[in-house]
Order: sequence, then structure tokens, then C-alpha cells
Amino acid sequence: MFDMPLLTIVTFLPLVGALMILPITMGDKDGEFELAKRNVRNVALFTTIVTFLISLLIWVEFDNSVAGFQMEENVEWIGPFMSYHLGVDGISMLFVILTTFLMPFAILASWTSITKNIKQYMIAFLILETFMIGVFVALDIMVFYVFFEAGLIPMFIIIGVWGGKRRVYASFKFFLYTLLGSVLMLLAIMAMYWNAGTTDISVLLTHTFPAQMQTWLWLAFFASLAVKMPMWPVHTWLPDAHVEAPTAGSVILAGVLLKMGGYGFLRFSIPMFPLATADFTWLIFALSVIAIIYTSLVALMQEDMKKLIAYSSVAHMGFVTMGMFALNNFGIQGSIFQMLSHGLVSGALFLSVGVIYDRMHTREIDAYGGVVHRMPKYAVVFMIFTLANVGLPVTSGFVGEFLILLGTFQANSTVAFLATTGVVLSAAYALWLYRRVIFGRLEKESLKSLLDLNSREKLILYPLVVAVIFFGVYPTPVFDVTQASVDALLTNYHAAISQAGN
Amino acid sequence: MIHAIVFFPLIGFLLAGLFGRSLGAKGSEYVTTGLMLASAFLSWIVFFRVGFSEIEPDTVPVLQWINTGNLTINWAFRIDTLTAVMLVVVNTVSSLVHMYSIGYMHHDPHRPRFFAFLSLFTFAMLALVTSDNLLQMFFGWEGVGLASYLLIGFWYKKPSANAAAIKAFIVNRVGDFGFALGIFGLFVLFGSIEFSTIFANVPEYMANGKDGETVLNFLGYELSRANAITVVCLLLFMGAMGKSAQFLLHTWLPDAMEGPTPVSALIHAATMVTAGVFLVARMSPVFEFSPVALGFVTFIGGTTAIFAASVGLVQNDIKRVIAYSTCSQLGYMFAALGVGAFGAGIFHLFTHAFFKALLFLGAGSVIHAVSDEQDMRRMGGLRTHIPKTYWMMIIGTVALTGLGIPFTPIGTAGFFSKDAIIESVYAGHGLFSNYTFAMLVIAAFFTSFYSWRLIFMTFHGRARASTDVMDHIHESPRVMLLPLYILAAGALFAGIIFAGQFIGHGTHTNHEEWYNVFWRTALFAGESNHILAEFHHVPWLVKLAPFIMMVSGFGLAWLFYIRSPHLPKQLAHQHYGLYKFLLNKWYFDELYDLIFVRPAKWLGRFLWKKGDGWLIDGFGPDGVSARVVDITNRVVKLQSGYVYHYAFAMLIGVAVLLTWSMFGGVS
Repeated sequence: MFDMPLLTIVTFLPLVGALMILPITMGDKDGEFELAKRNVRNVALFTTIVTFLISLLIWVEFDNSVAGFQMEENVEWIGPFMSYHLGVDGISMLFVILTTFLMPFAILASWTSITKNIKQYMIAFLILETFMIGVFVALDIMVFYVFFEAGLIPMFIIIGVWGGKRRVYASFKFFLYTLLGSVLMLLAIMAMYWNAGTTDISVLLTHTFPAQMQTWLWLAFFASLAVKMPMWPVHTWLPDAHVEAPTAGSVILAGVLLKMGGYGFLRFSIPMFPLATADFTWLIFALSVIAIIYTSLVALMQEDMKKLIAYSSVAHMGFVTMGMFALNNFGIQGSIFQMLSHGLVSGALFLSVGVIYDRMHTREIDAYGGVVHRMPKYAVVFMIFTLANVGLPVTSGFVGEFLILLGTFQANSTVAFLATTGVVLSAAYALWLYRRVIFGRLEKESLKSLLDLNSREKLILYPLVVAVIFFGVYPTPVFDVTQASVDALLTNYHAAISQAGN
Repeated sequence: MIHAIVFFPLIGFLLAGLFGRSLGAKGSEYVTTGLMLASAFLSWIVFFRVGFSEIEPDTVPVLQWINTGNLTINWAFRIDTLTAVMLVVVNTVSSLVHMYSIGYMHHDPHRPRFFAFLSLFTFAMLALVTSDNLLQMFFGWEGVGLASYLLIGFWYKKPSANAAAIKAFIVNRVGDFGFALGIFGLFVLFGSIEFSTIFANVPEYMANGKDGETVLNFLGYELSRANAITVVCLLLFMGAMGKSAQFLLHTWLPDAMEGPTPVSALIHAATMVTAGVFLVARMSPVFEFSPVALGFVTFIGGTTAIFAASVGLVQNDIKRVIAYSTCSQLGYMFAALGVGAFGAGIFHLFTHAFFKALLFLGAGSVIHAVSDEQDMRRMGGLRTHIPKTYWMMIIGTVALTGLGIPFTPIGTAGFFSKDAIIESVYAGHGLFSNYTFAMLVIAAFFTSFYSWRLIFMTFHGRARASTDVMDHIHESPRVMLLPLYILAAGALFAGIIFAGQFIGHGTHTNHEEWYNVFWRTALFAGESNHILAEFHHVPWLVKLAPFIMMVSGFGLAWLFYIRSPHLPKQLAHQHYGLYKFLLNKWYFDELYDLIFVRPAKWLGRFLWKKGDGWLIDGFGPDGVSARVVDITNRVVKLQSGYVYHYAFAMLIGVAVLLTWSMFGGVS
């Protein structure tokens, strides 16, 4: 129907928006400054919304029955080494939509809370969006790598400039942690090129690497992806980064950036290094289970709201990695669904925290209590997201968690048994947080003048409520998209394993 | 019609929840209550159609939920007699509680929210009982848990209510942990979580087992078919134990009394807590193939019955006494299920819903009358002030204690269902049935004692409330009394009317036929399960035992609280240790705090500060960057600026290089 290079448009449209913001001069006088600020915001919001709407065309155009890549664009770029090759399949497509969907919320969340250097701020976010989409649509591993790494820079700047008190420490920790892992991935990519003679992902997927080499390549990718995910024990950058990042930064960090790790496992580690994957399943299981139990316990004792949600993210990502390496339909389907759902839910939770942070300028749990008396609408919304985080049925959180545990139980019931304890712990930390912030008597003077959600905040939170419940009741559209690609992934994986066995 | 039954409460919830402010308190009350009454009326129609005429059990699909790989789960309604019984119980009690709440809650500023939650609860409960697969059931299961959490914590200003709400949710989640694993296990064994598929396949599956074959690896154990079924059943039962507050997972139920009293009547007496009983009965086609699991169910049932009854003996909070009574009666139901008397278990569920809801709502009426006082030590002598409530409570008590004329089919509801359970357990052949029989008989004595103690302490004797309270004392309004009358009718007559269908009483010639026509395929009995025939033929002393216990319990209560009221104090003083032990609920809360709550908190803090802070960050990023700074500083110091320092360093370097190349060259 459309002969346009849809993926290119969606990828680079935010960059165009950024370029349009660039020439806006901020002016010195108050009036001019206000006008410029409004322009900047509007352009950013408009760009992200249009990008989202266009990205929906990808979903419309998407053929659910095709397992391979679709809407491919391939332009030769740097000789045989690197080509501008884009495309989506069932695994990557929804991550593109997730990214474009969350961006307008991120922009709206920064509407009033960001006052200094708003122009640079919006530009950073729009550039970040381009890089994030690029990660999911790239079909050349070098292009992927470039987007994957480049995304660090705007996020580094967002945390480092617009962050909280310890922003410099947090941003460096974030940057160095992720960079260190990625260096190994770059080495692996070069090795892959020398072995396969191409950097094209669709070709690499059909290439069989020598068994010995797979081990090293897998470990190199693991180093990078585990940090991104983040898996225990390389997760400690995440709580710091979240705590210091501005609300929108947290939303994107939890909503999209973490998903790149999981996406990487599904795109590279499992299909390209199947033998090593089979060998290292125990490692992933062990680290995932530790992550689930360990970080849930740590989350229980947090005194900072954002830190608590950050730790709960680590636990949820533990479910994701565990599900993937169950290496069966339910595990992988569940983990993809869980990533999408977590993108919505954790994004929504950070936005919810942002709402009261904007009013009170503290994230200390003890500084709150009895908020429901002043903000009943907020209490309802926050309750729904809390329950989604706990994985209650009819929220999107349940579907992914259930399938992951079902798949894991098929693969290894002991792992599933241990991981299911996370279900109890997540209820404990999430409800306890809710109780301490929302319920109780309204005793603190500072809270007595709180105002309930304003219309901008409603505009941010209500659509997310709808999405979280819709995909909990009717997740079928997601499974329809992913099914063919997941089937193909598993078929190829099992074929490779049995071939090696012969 | 089934759609209307299930979705009316949901509509009520949405209307009162979303538009509560514009509907106003009155509007919300009438809308939700009206929808509930309609739903209840339709349920009775379904009940008579399915149970008493030849309409076949059916499944009505609604919407596809999850479909991936070989797993297809629909939102659907399964309608058979078991569902119909539950529909009647849930909707009748729920509509009466809605009505009652109009009176009970009329001072509360948050009524739309309250009625919305009540309707939400009812919807979730209906989704649970109409489910045709384990996952929808799990949805209902969690949904009622959520509604219970919201309603226990309804008065969110009270820290104790918030704590009780969280406790209820988390203890239930511990049970759900087992339930979820049970679902996974069943899926691995049968490739489906739909009831019809599982039930159809179990007999064949069990018959075709081979020696030495393993079908499930659980926690490192290779399980044969029989053992796998046992494990799955035990896991499912763990869920039932959480929801139905059975021994070890019971701690949340007494605390749940923090919620408003209508909530206690609906959720924590008549409906939600019986979900565990329903689960086991629903899964009877699977449980029947695991004698071990059934034995465990009996054991837990008997233990809970005696444990909760013993604690109930000494409690002073009127609602807590009834809460422990509920816990104990649920134990009776499980004991019956455990010996394969599913009909008797469900019958007790049915009758219990009437008289226990009656007792709770009656207690609510008392509390309402004495200005929200719940401590029975500050009541007394209320009989003449609130006579209608008094008589309703008496009816509830005689039904609970099982008053009836032995060896005749004349008696209150509890007389039929409770005696049937005790007789079945006596007739049962399974593990622990003798133990459980003994426990149940003693518990019957306790039940009678604490029930009459409640009546005597509350309504008889000298008035112990302050004169201020006594001046304000008033009988409840009609909107609260009417539900009591209806429930009282059920408590009196539900036994006589329905015993023949539920457990095959009545005419001795064709009792099994009645039973089979009523239940059809809804309840399953294995080939060796003849409990239905056997429990009618137990020795006369066994049949008389509950009656004797009831009478002696009454006698003792009369002696202690009417005749010589100083005796209880004296006794408590003499056996102070035992008294404290019972009063503190066998110290379960303290024990759990010591072995679960505190270690979890300590471990969380330890892992955070030491694990993340000291170990990972200390040796990871922070450590590395600190070392880098250290080394740089030292390198800076080395640059002293004196030529001979550099020359000296060079010399050492050359020497090391030479040495290394010489020895390296040799090897």
C-alpha cells in the first residue's frame, strides 16, 4: 500500500524535529523566553505524536504470518562491510511501537518540571528516540551497534545535566558500566565479521559459527546485554541512574533502554549462538533467580520511591531473562510480552512518582502518608499501576509473568519454584510502598495543600491505565504479531541443537 | 442469562466506581443493590433449572484471552450444579449484604466507594465460580483477594486496618504461589488447563501408567504419574489453604475483621473464604486419584477445626469469635472433602453461608447498637434492648451448633450438614480419618460452647456498657433487619429442604438417585469411593455424638456465664499458661514475625547495604574508580623531578628485562 521507506521515516523523524528546534532562539526577555519555551515544547510533542502515529502504520502494514523480516530497506553503504539495512519482524516490531508510544508521555512529563535549558533537553530526547528506534529496526549489526552505543550519549547528558543531586556520579556510573560491556560486544562483532564475511543480521542468522567460537561470542554479547538488562550482579547502576534521572529520563530508561538487553538476547545470542545458549542456560537461570529474590528483598527495604521501583525493575527483568532461556514458546512469548508490559507499567510508575515529586520535591517514602485524602484520583491510578506491577490478573503484568513461569516450569520446575516466590515478595514491597505513601492519616503539614491530578497529568496517566488493562484482558494482538517469529526462532534453535548432536 | 448474572455486579462496580460522585451516595447504593438483587434472582432460576430439571451442564464462551502455542484460554462460563450452588450462595448473600450496608454504612462519607468494592468483589467471585479453566479461576481468585484487600483496608486512616489488609493479601499470595505451581504442573501433565479436558483425561492417564516412568521432575524428584498427581493436588490445596484460612495460613482471617462488618459477613464468612472448598470440590476428578492428597486435606481440615475452635473459646472481640468459628467450620468442610464426601462439604458450605452471614450481620447489628463497641466484656444484657437482633442471633447460633432432633429429618441447617460431615469422616477410610473424626467431635463441643458464650456475654447478664452507650442503644433499621430475617429463614430451613439433593438424605430408598440427579457430573467420586452409601450406616452413637457435644457445650456455657460467672476467671487463673496460649492464638503471629517477617527485612537491608553497597559497588565501579585515583596519585608522586631517580628506575627496569629474557629464554 505504501511505497514509502516507513522505517526510515519513523527512525529519523524525531531527528528532524530536533533540527527544527535547533534554530529557535530562547531570547532574553521574559515574554520572548516564554514564547520560545512554548515553541520548543510544542515542536517536541508534535514530533513525537506524529512519529507515534506513523509508527502505527508499521503495525497496520505488518504481516503477522511472516516469520522473517519485513519492510526491508537495504542500501549499500561502506562497501561490503556495512550496509544501511533496516527491517522488522515479530520480535522487534512492537518495541518500535513501545518506543514511539512512550515518547509523547516523556515529553509531557517534562512540560513544567524542566525549566533550565529546555531546548537542549528536548533535542536530547528527540535524538535519543531516533537512536532507540534505530536499535530495533537495524538489520546490519554495525548499524545496530552504532545506535546501541549512541543512545548512551543523550541519556548520559539527560541524567548528568537535568538530574538530581548526585547526577554526575550516577551518569558516569551508567555510562562506564554500559560502555565497558559494549566494548566486548564490539570485539565480538568484529570476530563475527571475520568469520562470516558479513555484518548483515539476516545473513548472520543463517550462518553457523564454530561451536568453540560461539562460547566466546556468547559471553562477549552477554557482557554487554547483561549490563543493559540489567542482570544481577551488574545491576547497581540502575537504581542510581533512576534516582538521579528526571522523570522522563526514568520513563525512557525503564521503558525502552532496558528492553534493548532483552531484545539483544533474542536477536543475537539465542539464534546466532544456539550451542552456547544451551550451555549457558544454567547461568542465566541462576542469575535470574538470584535477581528476582535478591532485588525483591532489597526493594522491600528501600526508603526512596524511585529506588524501590528501580529494584523492582531488576526483579522483573529477571523474569524476562529466565523466560527467554526456558527456550520454549511460553517462555519466549511471555518474556516479550513482559518486556512490553513492563515498559508500560514501569514507565507509568515513574510518571506517577513524578506527579508527587513535582509537588513535594522529595522521593523519600517517609515524607508522604495519607496522600489519598488530598489526591483520590491519583490514588486510584497509582493503585492500578501498583497492582499491574504485582502482576494481578487483568493487568498486562499478569499475562507475561504467567507465561514466563509456565514456560520455565516446563523447562525446569525448580527454577520456576524459586522464581514464583517473587510473586509473594513483589506483593509485599509494592503494597507496602502504596500503604506508606497513599494510606494512613494525613498528618504532615506539607502534604495538606496537595492538589489532585491536573489535566496534563490525567492526559499522561489515563491512557496508560487503559493500555495496561486492555492488554491484560485482551493480549491477543501482541501474540499474533510475535507468534510466527517466535516459532521460527525456536525451530531454528532446536534444529541447530539437534544438528550439532549428530 | 448467565451473562447478566456475572456482569450485573461489574456494571454496578463501574457505575458506582466511576460515576459515584455524580450518582451520589444514595444513587450508588440503589444502583449496585438493585443490580445485585436482579443477579441473585436470576441465580435462583439457574439453580433450579440446572439442579432440578434436565438441562445439561454447559459452557458459554465469552472472549478469547490468551492464545499462544498449544495454550488456548478463553473467558468462559461453565454452568453445572456446583456453579449453580455457588451462584446462589454468592449472589444471595451479596445482595443481602448490599442491602444491609445501606443501613450499616449510612454515616460513612465514602459509600460509593464501598458499594463499588462490594460489587467488584461479587463480580470476581462470580468469575471464579463460573470459570471453565484454571486461569480464569486464578483471575477470580486474585480478584477476590484484591477486593478483600481493598475492603479490609476500607477505613484507610486506621493503621491497623492497613496492616491487616496487606497481611491478608500477602498470606493469600503465599497460597497463590502453590496454586500457580499447581496450574503449571497440571498443564505439563495434561497439556491443558481447561477443566473438561483435564477431567476427561485423568482416569485414562492414571490407568496407563508404566512402571519406572517419570512424568514430572519437581525440585529434583522424578515423579511417577501417581506421585505427580499428588504433588499437583497438594500445590492446588496450598492455594485453597491460603484462601480458606486453613491451619498455618489462617493468620490473616482474624485480622481481616478490621474491615466493616458487612464485609466480614460477605467475604470472610460466606463466600470468598469458601473458594478453597470450591476449588477442591471442583477439582474432585483429580483429587480422587490421590489418596495422599485427600488424606492431607482431611488432616488439615480436622486440625483447623480444633485449632480455631480452641482459640475461639477465649476471644473477647465479638467479631473475632465468629471469625475463628468460620475458620473452624471451613476445617469441617475440608475434612468432608478429604474423605471423598464432596456433597457433604459443599452442603455445609451452602448452609454455613446462611447462618454465618446471619451471625456476622447480627453481630454488626449489635455493634451498630452499642456505638461501635466490639468487646463483649463491655456488652451484656442487650436482650431486652435489641430483641429482634437477639432472636436472629439465637437462630444463627442454633443453626451453627446444629440443633435438631437426632434420628429424625427435623433440624436446623447445621444439623444436617455438620452431622453429615462428622458421620462421613467416621465412615471414611482415608489417612487421618480417625484422627479427624476425634478432632471434629471435640470441635463440635467447643463450637457450642463459644457460640453460647457469645450469646450469654452479649445479651444476658448485667449490662456492662457505659450509661452513655446504653442511652443511645437502638434496634437497627428495617433495611438492616430484613436481610437478617431472610438469612434466618435459610439458616432454619435450608437443611430440611435441600439435604436430599446435596447429600442424599431424606427417603432412605433412593438417596443416591436424588444425589446423582442433582449433582450429575459436577462432583466426581472414584471407583472405591462409597462414602455416600456408607455414611448413612454409621453406629447410632456416632450419629448422636454431635448432639451430645452440642448439649454439653451449651450446658457448660450456661454454667460459666449465667450460673456462676466467676468460674471462667478462676479457671483462666489456674491454667494461666494455657489461657495465654489460646488468647494469643497459639502465638502464630509472633512465630511468623520471628521466622519470616524479620529475617526478610534484615536480609533485604543486608543485601542492599552489604551486597549492593559494599560487595558489588565496592569491588566494582566505586572500587575500580577509587583504585584508579589512588594509582594516579602514586604515579604523580613518582615524578620527583630528579634525574637520578629516573636513571635509577631505568636501571632497575633494564635489570628486570635482562633477567626475564635470560630465564625466559632458558625455559
